[in-house]
Order: sequence, then structure tokens, then C-alpha cells
Amino acid sequence: MDTILVVVEQREGKLNRVSWETITAGQAIAAQTGWTLEAAVVGSGVAAIAGDVAAKKVAKVYDIESVRLEPYTPDAFAHALKEFLGKHPAKLVLMPHTYQVRDFVPKLATAMQTTAITDVIGFRYEGGKPLFTRQMFQGKFVADVSFAGSEPCFVTFQNGSFRADKVEAGAVAAPIETVSVDVPDGVVRNKPQEVFKEAKQAVDLTQAEIIVSVGRGIKEQKNIELAKQLADALGGELAASRPICDNGWLPMDRQVGSSGQTVAPKLYLALGISGAIQHMVGMKGSRSIVAINKDSEAPIFEIADYAVVGNLFDIVPPLIEEIKKAKA
Amino acid sequence: MKILVCMKQVPQKDAPLKLNDAGTWIREDVSYEVNEPDAFALEEALRQKEKHTGEVVVVTAGPARSLQVLREALAKGADRAIHLEDDAFVGLDAYNTARAIAAAIKDEKFDLIFTGLQSDDYGYAQTGVILAQILGLPHATIIMQIEKTDGGIRVKRELEAGFFQFVDMPLPAVLTIQSGINKLRYATLIGIKQAKGKPMRKVTMAEVQSAMGGNLQKIERLHVPQKSKNTEFLEGPPAEVAKKLVEKLKNELRVI
Ligand SMILES: Cc1cc2nc3c(=O)[nH]c(=O)nc-3n(C[C@H](O)[C@H](O)[C@H](O)COP(=O)(O)OP(=O)(O)OC[C@H]3O[C@@H](n4cnc5c(N)ncnc54)[C@H](O)[C@@H]3O)c2cc1C
Ligand SMILES: Nc1ncnc2c1ncn2[C@@H]1O[C@H](COP(=O)(O)O)[C@@H](O)[C@H]1O
Repeated sequence: MDTILVVVEQREGKLNRVSWETITAGQAIAAQTGWTLEAAVVGSGVAAIAGDVAAKKVAKVYDIESVRLEPYTPDAFAHALKEFLGKHPAKLVLMPHTYQVRDFVPKLATAMQTTAITDVIGFRYEGGKPLFTRQMFQGKFVADVSFAGSEPCFVTFQNGSFRADKVEAGAVAAPIETVSVDVPDGVVRNKPQEVFKEAKQAVDLTQAEIIVSVGRGIKEQKNIELAKQLADALGGELAASRPICDNGWLPMDRQVGSSGQTVAPKLYLALGISGAIQHMVGMKGSRSIVAINKDSEAPIFEIADYAVVGNLFDIVPPLIEEIKKAKA
Repeated sequence: MKILVCMKQVPQKDAPLKLNDAGTWIREDVSYEVNEPDAFALEEALRQKEKHTGEVVVVTAGPARSLQVLREALAKGADRAIHLEDDAFVGLDAYNTARAIAAAIKDEKFDLIFTGLQSDDYGYAQTGVILAQILGLPHATIIMQIEKTDGGIRVKRELEAGFFQFVDMPLPAVLTIQSGINKLRYATLIGIKQAKGKPMRKVTMAEVQSAMGGNLQKIERLHVPQKSKNTEFLEGPPAEVAKKLVEKLKNELRVI
């Protein structure tokens, strides 16, 4: 039987909610192909998560267990899933494109002499052939990618490409099978320590109603002042893309994106930000988005409500003046 | 410490990209630069060498133009370079790229191998991890700090949403480096001069081909992404655009 397996993500015994998106993706692919959808959770003492997943429309849920799977290490996860997939073959193995998955999936796919198509945003079934859509060139293009290896084909889905709230519930709870895997001594080489957050955040951008965000288009540290003036005129907070914080031009706690804060203001005004996916996941939930960028093809324009193609240094000064006038 | 840094040449960030006629790749007549995290990986290797002594070797797989990446690395202080040179290296999946690099370094023993966490063109986010698996080495990804310890190294992994984690691991190991791990240096004039005398090994496709295979994933076609929103473009000279935008902020978005 042709099987699609979704491996949901858990960390320290908690389901990562992005996993629901992957189940939605699995359900959509199963509907198009007629293949059977199953799910698995990998960890130690994670039966409760298997139970949550079994309430969704899936044929079966596997609870893959070993004490060596907690805490997460790439060695143990790759070993456990390789052993499992050796006994329960699948055509497709789907996972969310999280930091954890990127850490072990390439290893697992290689250990099984096959491949992983990463950061996928869409699926089409054309003439009996699955085609996966993924971004390339930092979102400037999308590619249709086909799979030419031996099964399974691993596929990881970008955050937000399928909707968690569209996941279908099952008519009855799916059966759960507990599978214990043997992870022998010596397999796990890394010793992970506790997960932590760096010193307390000084600004909470998640509460801001108006955010002016600067990207590399601001060119130099001294030009940050211009963006600050715009933010002040609007009565908003200043934020930035990652390179600005990497350079130390603004503190880390003003970074928006997958490795920074996720914000949803009434207005997000992006100055000289290209719109890489890792940035967009942190701000695409904003009520309205205005982008100023000199490149008319910049991916940020794909999600902008209002777009200005041009040099920010020409546009921002008169914009500040107009705002002051309007507020006066 | 003997450190290998894998560096890739990618189209420049601001370069306007056009599709080729077949719609399978970009037109190659653009400017190129080093993949950003790879520059940070090189810098980290140089800093580790300065602390612990050793050697920094840089490798790239790409066409003749990609030599520039190696030249810059040598000018910044890398000791020698390996160039897997062939136009065909552009079209490889991550498994094949990793196999080619593994074959080219099979007679060497590195304590650490660095790659960037992700390339700006393909964005596979895989080559480093695959290389680790091929070489049978432990790995850690998205690294923001590296300290040598008695038994090996302690690295700081970046996790999502501002979380981090330290991981202790033995050497040799493969690490994928995140942008911002350090501050980049510039090449000096002396460095540029000295680079000319440094060893550069060329490796042809033929020398590594037996270690490689067919690509396991194939780009059928590339296209321009579809817009998901009805974007309104505001046009005109700056002063006029500013007026239009403020009108929208006030009357449509109601934030003024
Ligand atoms: C695992 C991972 C996590 C990441 N996490 C984050 C994250 O949390 N947040 C984040 O932001 N990034 C993150 N990134 C980095 C991300 O991939 C991009 O590299 C980054 O967002 C690019 O920032 P940018 O848009 O400011 O710069 P660029 O991509 O260099 O874009 C600069 C833009 O400015 C425009 N421009 C230049 N000059 C002008 C001018 N005078 N006027 C107007 N426009 C101009 C250009 O046209 C261009 O579009 C992460 C990457 C990875 C791999
Ligand atoms: N052709 C190549 N030559 C040298 N290094 C490469 C090449 N392709 C990928 N890499 C390395 O692998 C990293 C991840 O690339 P990718 O898996 O394509 O996202 C890059 O940052 C480079 O360090």
C-alpha cells in the first residue's frame, strides 16, 4: 500500500503546532493521490501527543519511543526513523521545515540513500508524478521540483504554506501503535544542554500597533536615524531585519522574523527589506503592510498592501513631513 | 585545529535575476558574491586558527568564475584552497555537492568542517549535514558560537524565536554556521598580495565523478511567484508618493 507518513514535531513533550499544517498538507496530498495518510511522533513518553494526532483524519498513528530520543539529538532521531521506515515503508515522509527538522532530515535521507525536498510551499500531482513547489533565490523564484530517488522521498513544508485550521478531524480516533526502537550505545555523540533565552527583552514588539522596520537597504548605521524619525512621527516602534541586528546597528530584540520576534501590528512599514521568507514569517500577519523598496521585483511586494518602488532616501524625508502635517 | 570551510558563489543580493529561455535556471550574466553565511564561516575558521593555531583550507565547487571566492578567502587569511571546477557543479543537488566535496578531501583529516547554514540560490539547507553523514561525523546546525573544550567543542545553536542551546560534541565534527556569529574582516593589501603565492588545488569533475550519482531531485521549471495580495503601487515623484501614502495611512488604514 502507498503510504504518506507525517512525522509531527514535539519538543520536550509538547507538540509543535506547526505540525498541524503538515497534517493538512498530508491530507491534501492523500486526497489527490489516493495514498494512505499515517502519522508518527518520535520521542520518549509522548503517547499523549500520539493521542492528539489520532483525533485527526489519519489512518494510523505510530508512537516511536526510546529513552534515547529525549533530549533531541540528530543522531538518535535519524537512527530511530531509519529503523522505523525500514520496517514501515512510505512513499512520502512529510515534516514541518523547523530548525529541528533541518538538523536531522538531511542526515536521515542520506543514511537511507535518498533525498529531502526542503522548504516546500505547494504540491501538484501531474500525470502520476508528485511535483513540489519550493522557493529559490531567496524567494525571487519558485521551482517545481520532482523526485528521482528511491523511496521514501522526504519533504519539509515551510511555515504557513498550509493552514493549521484546515486540518480535518477523523470520524473516529485512529488506532495508535507504540513502536519501541533500539538506539544502541555510541549512536548519540552530541550532548545538548538546556534550551534558554538570552537576557530579557527590553522591547516587546508584539504589542506595538505601528512598526517601522529597516533592512539592509538603509545602507549605513547612521541612516538608522532617518527610520527612527519616521517611527517617531508615526508614534511607532523601530524594528529591523536580521542583517541590521547582526551588524549591531539595532539590538537583537528589535529583530523580526523566524529567529526574532513575530509581530502583528496595524501597520508594518518595511524600508529596504527584500522579503526573505525568514523575515516574512515574522510579520506577514500584520493587519496592513507598506513596503518601500527600490527593486520592483522584491518579494516583500507580494504581501504588501501598498507598495512604493523607489529610493527610500528620497521618499522617507517628505513622508515624515507629510505625516507631521497630517497630525498637526 | 585544521579547519575546512565550504564556500559557495551565489548571485549578488541586489542583482536583477532573469530566467533562461528554458525556464530551468537563471541567466548567468549577473554579478556574483560569496554566499553570506559562508563568509561568516570563513571568519570563524580564521579566528579559531588564531586562537588555537592550525590551518584553514577553503573549498568551492563551481565554474571558473567561482575561483574569485577562493581568492578572497586566501586574501583574508586562508592557507590554501581547493577548487572543484566545472560548469556542471552549478546544477547539483545537495547530496551530489556533498559527495563531490567529500571525494575531493578524502585524503585529508580535518578537525572541523564548516559550511554556511544555507545557500542563497538553492536554499537546500542540507549540504553540511549530508557531508557529515557521508564522512561519518557528528554535526550541529545554525551555530552562533564555538569554544574548544577538553574533550571536543561546545557550540551554541540558534533555535527559533530567540531561543538558544549549548551542545557539547567531540571532534572531528561538521558545523553549519549562521550569519552574525562574528564580525567580518576585510582583506588587506598585503593579504591580497600574499594570496597569489598560496597553494590552489584544482579538482576536475572526472576525478570525483565515481563518488557521485544522478541528482535525486530535479528542477522541472522555475517561475516568478504569484502575488497573494492585491498590492496597490503608489507612483509619482517622491513628494507626491509621500502625500498619497499619508492619505492611505489616514483614510484607509486609519493609523494617523
Ligand atoms: C535560519 C535562518 C533564520 C533567519 N532568521 C531571520 C530573521 O529572524 N529575521 C530576518 O529578517 N532575517 C532572517 N534570516 C535572514 C534572511 O534570510 C535574509 O537574509 C534577511 O531577512 C535579509 O534582510 P534584508 O531584507 O534587510 O536584506 P537584503 O535581502 O539584502 O535586502 C535589501 C533590500 O533593500 C533594497 N534596497 C537597497 N537600497 C535601497 C534603497 N536605497 N531604497 C529602497 N530599497 C533599497 C534592495 O532592493 C533589497 O530588496 C534568517 C536566515 C536563516 C537562514
Ligand atoms: N557548490 C558548493 N561549493 C562549496 N560549498 C557549497 C556548495 N554548495 C553548498 N555549499 C556549502 O553548503 C552550505 C549550504 O548550502 P545548501 O545546502 O545549498 O543550502 C553553503 O552555505 C556552503 O557552505
